[in-house]
Amino acid sequence: MEHRTAVDPHPQANKHAAKKLRNIHHLSPFWNAIAHLGIGLFSLACVYPFLFVVVLSFTDETALAKNGYSIIPEKWSVDAYTYLFKTGDQLLRSYGVTLFITVVGTLLTLIIVSLYAYAISRSYFHFRGFFSFVAFFTMLFGGGLVPSYIVVTQVLHLKDTMWALILPMCVSAFSILIMRTFFKTMVPDAIIESGKIDGAGEFRVFLYLVLPISLPGLATIGLFAALGYWNDWFNALLYIDDARLLPLQSLLMKVETNIQFILQNAGLAGAGDRTDMVRTLPAETTRMAMVVLATVPIIFAYPFFQRYFVQGLTIGAVKE
Amino acid sequence: MKGLMRWLKLVGRNKALLLMVLPGFVWFLLFCYLPMPGALIAFKDYQFSRDGFLASMIESDWVGFKNFEYLFKTEDAYLIVRNTLLYNTAFIILGTFFAVLVAIVISEIANKKLAKIYQTGMFLPHFLSWVIVSYFVFSFLSVDKGVLNQFLTWIGLDPEFWYSETKFWPYILIIVNLWKGVGYGSVIYLAAIVGIDKSYFEAAMIDGASKWQQIRNITIPMITPIIVIMFILAVGGIFRADFGLFYQVPRDTGALYPVTNVIDTFVYRGLKVTGNIGMSTAAGLYQAVVGFILVLTTNFIVRKINKEQALF
Repeated sequence: MEHRTAVDPHPQANKHAAKKLRNIHHLSPFWNAIAHLGIGLFSLACVYPFLFVVVLSFTDETALAKNGYSIIPEKWSVDAYTYLFKTGDQLLRSYGVTLFITVVGTLLTLIIVSLYAYAISRSYFHFRGFFSFVAFFTMLFGGGLVPSYIVVTQVLHLKDTMWALILPMCVSAFSILIMRTFFKTMVPDAIIESGKIDGAGEFRVFLYLVLPISLPGLATIGLFAALGYWNDWFNALLYIDDARLLPLQSLLMKVETNIQFILQNAGLAGAGDRTDMVRTLPAETTRMAMVVLATVPIIFAYPFFQRYFVQGLTIGAVKE
Repeated sequence: MKGLMRWLKLVGRNKALLLMVLPGFVWFLLFCYLPMPGALIAFKDYQFSRDGFLASMIESDWVGFKNFEYLFKTEDAYLIVRNTLLYNTAFIILGTFFAVLVAIVISEIANKKLAKIYQTGMFLPHFLSWVIVSYFVFSFLSVDKGVLNQFLTWIGLDPEFWYSETKFWPYILIIVNLWKGVGYGSVIYLAAIVGIDKSYFEAAMIDGASKWQQIRNITIPMITPIIVIMFILAVGGIFRADFGLFYQVPRDTGALYPVTNVIDTFVYRGLKVTGNIGMSTAAGLYQAVVGFILVLTTNFIVRKINKEQALF
């Protein structure tokens, strides 16, 4: 390295050259345009379907039936939304279920995972090896779907309960791995020792010393968990038959094949009303409106998520 | 006796940390370890008993490898293994290729603000559930209203029945998978590219290397170790399929099973639809065991290449 920092005899000329060289650092205008075009188009393709569905949800039902799905509708309409807000009992309930499992599940995940990861991140924890193995072995081998299903339904009796939507996905070895790495790198044992010398117990140290400096890590796994709960439909597919416990994504799944479902569970006053509703039901646009309503919270939150996810990915990729 | 005393003393000294792992430990026992012996169902003629899981396990007769025999005699066994392996191979190869390509292009784009916007856009699909994605796909492929059929009729071709023709689905599934995963997959490669020591590029520039030469001779070789590791790690999971992709996107259409059924969907259907618990468990166990061997082998290979990157 030393020989490179030799005294430059022509500082002025070199500066000039550096400016010229800087351009080489960029792509040529032609390839730059190609790069923007390619990446820009792909990026647009990633966002486009969502925009499309938003447009469809604001399309007039008859116009849609006549012309098919179209990005510039012949006639705009908010019927789908007014309809949903009028008859959306099931939708509201599903929103509630999803919100509930997202909040409770994420909190549980944060508590259990951070406690576990913290303990196995401490070099003075005597049973560290054993409990690390207990967690990480599950990344390698599992009983499989059928035994898990039988345990959840017949041993733990969670079928058709809210807990069937929360517990099975509340801990993962992967998030423990991320958190452990985080605690290991961010919280040296010396900090803990100093806290203990001041007379704090292990839990006090964890609560007042460790957690405050671990917020980025907590945010990462918290967001992972929240997103998982919000988007989950698989546990409902396995364990939930009761319509009152159906989360948003599963409701969408049911509606996809059967728009009647939302009607049957709409809790309308009279039976006569109901048939009338079926006739005037904006079926296609309603579905799309539901997709929009289920996605909007994520769309608004995700640019904010992104930073933490990228961070989390990078943290998770670093070992020890 | 002395050993026990010593052990109890250790437990006492570590009791705070032991209390901390307790909730997680109980969770792992209940949701991960308790199901493991349940895999023995694969060797039993499983009958539900009123007295619960344990009673059903004990009362059901042992049938040895019968369930596996039945499984491998069906045509399904061949199809699901073939589909799982071929799709995952395509996903790994194409996914890696495009993720690396995107990462390199993004890192070369001079306008950092625009690059950030592109990246934000590409990240979006990762945050959406497969249910939502299946709606997106439907808006393109719907037979009477879909965009694709509108386009086909517009250019004078016959509309296609997308949800009943098996021949399109390998392409559709691969495209949808790439669409959802490439933006997210590029993050690690981008991080690796950003991490490359700038002096390499400066030295190359001084030597008069063009942009292409820099990419070919610096960027790609510098991120090759990461690519190799990610690639091999992905191979470790090649026996596991993304249930959502294969169940939601084709809308669980029976006519498409030959090209959309993978091990995971087969196991699910055996459990919830056809009720063939024994065969379904056998398939699940087969998947778990092969997966286990693959991950171990993978880790062994990764360890040989770069100890740092190995899982354990």
